[in-house]
Amino acid sequence: MSNATIEVEGLRKRFGPAQALDGMTFTVMPGRVTGFVGPNGAGKSTTIRVILGLDAPDEGRALVCGQTYQHIRHPLSQVGALVDAAALQPSRSARNHLLWMARSQGMPASRVDAVIELVGLGSAARRKAGGYSLGMRQRLGIAAAMLGDPPVIIMDEPFNGMDPEGIIWMRKLLRSLSAEGRAILVSSHLMSELQDIADQVVVIGRGRVLADASVDELIARASGDEVVVRTPTPAEAARALQRAGTTVEIIDANTLSVSGLPAQRVVEILGQTHVPFSEVTAKRATLEDVYLKLTSGEVEFRADQEREARR
Amino acid sequence: MGFVPVFLSEWTKFRTVRGWVISLVLAAVLCVAFTFVVANGNNQGGCTGPPAPGSGPNSPGTNCYTGHPFVPNGPDGEAVADSYEFVEHPLTGDGTLTAQVTSLTGLISNGPASVAPSLAHTQPGLAAWAKAGILLTPNTTQGWQYAAIMATGSHGVRFQYNYTHDQAGQPGVVSAGTPRWLRLTRTGDTITGYESTNGTIWRQIGIAHLAGLPPTVTIGLFVTSPVSFQSSSLGVPTQATAAFDDITLEGNAVSNNWQGRSIGTSSQDYYPTLAAGSYHRSGNALVLSGSGDIALAVNPLAGGDTASSSLWFGLLVAMILIIVVATMFITVEYRRGLIRTTFTATPRRGSVLAAKAVVVGAIAFVTGVLAAAVAIPLGEHILNTNGNYIFPSSALTVASIIAGSGALLGLTAVAVLALGTILRTSASAVTAGIVVFVFPYIVSTFSSAAVGTWLFRLSPAAGFSVLGVLPRSALVSYPGTMANGYYPLTPWAGLLVLCAYAALSLGIAFFVLRRRDA
Repeated sequence: MSNATIEVEGLRKRFGPAQALDGMTFTVMPGRVTGFVGPNGAGKSTTIRVILGLDAPDEGRALVCGQTYQHIRHPLSQVGALVDAAALQPSRSARNHLLWMARSQGMPASRVDAVIELVGLGSAARRKAGGYSLGMRQRLGIAAAMLGDPPVIIMDEPFNGMDPEGIIWMRKLLRSLSAEGRAILVSSHLMSELQDIADQVVVIGRGRVLADASVDELIARASGDEVVVRTPTPAEAARALQRAGTTVEIIDANTLSVSGLPAQRVVEILGQTHVPFSEVTAKRATLEDVYLKLTSGEVEFRADQEREARR
Repeated sequence: MGFVPVFLSEWTKFRTVRGWVISLVLAAVLCVAFTFVVANGNNQGGCTGPPAPGSGPNSPGTNCYTGHPFVPNGPDGEAVADSYEFVEHPLTGDGTLTAQVTSLTGLISNGPASVAPSLAHTQPGLAAWAKAGILLTPNTTQGWQYAAIMATGSHGVRFQYNYTHDQAGQPGVVSAGTPRWLRLTRTGDTITGYESTNGTIWRQIGIAHLAGLPPTVTIGLFVTSPVSFQSSSLGVPTQATAAFDDITLEGNAVSNNWQGRSIGTSSQDYYPTLAAGSYHRSGNALVLSGSGDIALAVNPLAGGDTASSSLWFGLLVAMILIIVVATMFITVEYRRGLIRTTFTATPRRGSVLAAKAVVVGAIAFVTGVLAAAVAIPLGEHILNTNGNYIFPSSALTVASIIAGSGALLGLTAVAVLALGTILRTSASAVTAGIVVFVFPYIVSTFSSAAVGTWLFRLSPAAGFSVLGVLPRSALVSYPGTMANGYYPLTPWAGLLVLCAYAALSLGIAFFVLRRRDA
């Protein structure tokens, strides 16, 4: 699965006056879960549709396993995609839905039964898909994505409408799939959903990549080296730390925010100057903080644009 | 990846939606049911005897019956007209009959339609295919094989045999100044026709081999004159009178035992006559008058239905259902967003459309074939029971109607599938399908003959030409109009018109499908 990659190169696409994609570029590597986040309307679904050959970009290209999607011989054996779990013919059973997909790839019906088992749809698979709950539809969509046992998996908002139990199951599945060496692209408009499962995060806004980094890198970058100090004598502590060359901000009666030195050095300085303290903590940003920081400008911009469009 | 997986995939899609399968079964069942309804509403018969007391003098009589006049069948099972005035002599073995035709004149009925035609209401005039000449037949039973040499009203001298075979001789009309000599020779099974303008120089016009001709046949002089459609689209009967001279029969045991008789002119026979035929013989000369025709039978003189004549309404109903199903086969995918799943599984969109077209076209074809295969014999049976005359149709003709019905529905299904691809919503595509493929037929039933004819030439209604199996013949002056039950195009040409519509919409669908984002 070494060539199991998605390479998105300089995608541009315009829908009327709106620039949906504006130089979108990123790569999804095998053996990792890549989160694909951005506010609604940032271009996640358009990018995924371009990757899947459904939409044609005005410029740039998207390669899956080194090929454009249209040129893949048995696409479902290379790429499994869950784009819209509601895209079902309501009067067709889940099994028959999977069966026509299998037929299109020349796969046997036994493969259909295997993926039904994998997602735990079991006996419900012979019922009409129109009667399915959102969660069951998601499972069916994942079964469809897994039909060809593909090295590349793309999921657009897979947690939507899932109950907590389903979300846990989904996270476990994504982890095990990436552990098998597959390249996995998971989009979401909520960063919190990707915490703990994404190895890499591509944050986008206004059709462009805002950040493309590993989760640790992103958090480190956002956290800076801020240290929180709790002390009964904040004035003394501030003086001692300022002398050591840090910037100190008094937050309240016994809390200081110190930047410029790692937490360990802060403890050493306070110890040497005999300033009492009850706590020294390196302040760590959450993925959510990073996301909000990155995308806040984008959200405001969109609101402005909408106001303009309404005028 | 070849075409087969895409095809299997689309076939799986179709068969796994029960509503679609049920709709197709329903389409076939309704086609049969409405064929029954149409056939059942069609009765032929008449009433004789005195009118009911208190009703007008022209009212029909009270002895009513179902049934139709007798229409003979020719040697190949085709319906024929075989009505003429004949003065005959038996001939055993080989022989030759020669005669001079010195005049051929005619009368055309001009009485009001409400009055039975008679010699009292006529005007002079000779039908184009009025025939006078020499005829040989093993048997004067109607529909039997024959060969004849004849002068005609305006088609010159002709040699004809077995109702459909024709060879032209000298053109021109017969008169006292330009008489024609005619000769018919039998040698074994071979009959040869000759003509001459002076009685000495003879020209062979045609040869007929009448298989299985018995040793003794009958040969003689005949006159007949067909219904004319020149002054009335309904047709008026005519009569022709021919003067023959120098009648010479050579052969074994010639006894000068000439017998005159009218053939196929009784009240049970279908072919309309102006008046009873007559003959006057003196020595080698003969004056002979007669009405009728020796040719293929044409509608509606035979009051004719065909194997397919009850099928149209059932097919129209089936077509509506098939339009709905074929449209939904693609528009539902657009509505549900399923089209994206389809195109991720098979990125070559042209193959997907082609597979869908093959699936839906084949299924509609099979539906049409099965429905017609049941409906045609049922319709024929009901028409028969109701006393209607049905033109005989060969197994090949019936097979062509059945296949044609399938092709009509199959091509329509492919065309509306393309419409659905272009328009993407069920409501608009079904509406467009019905407007384009069903309305022209319905409109034609309300509109003038001219408009109707053009609709059946140029609109998708042309596809219904597959139902047109009424016999045509160049040897009969007959208006093959829509009013008379003839489609302006042949079945093949009609299907080609429908094919063009299907190909055009499919072409546009391929084009937009490639260019559009899914």
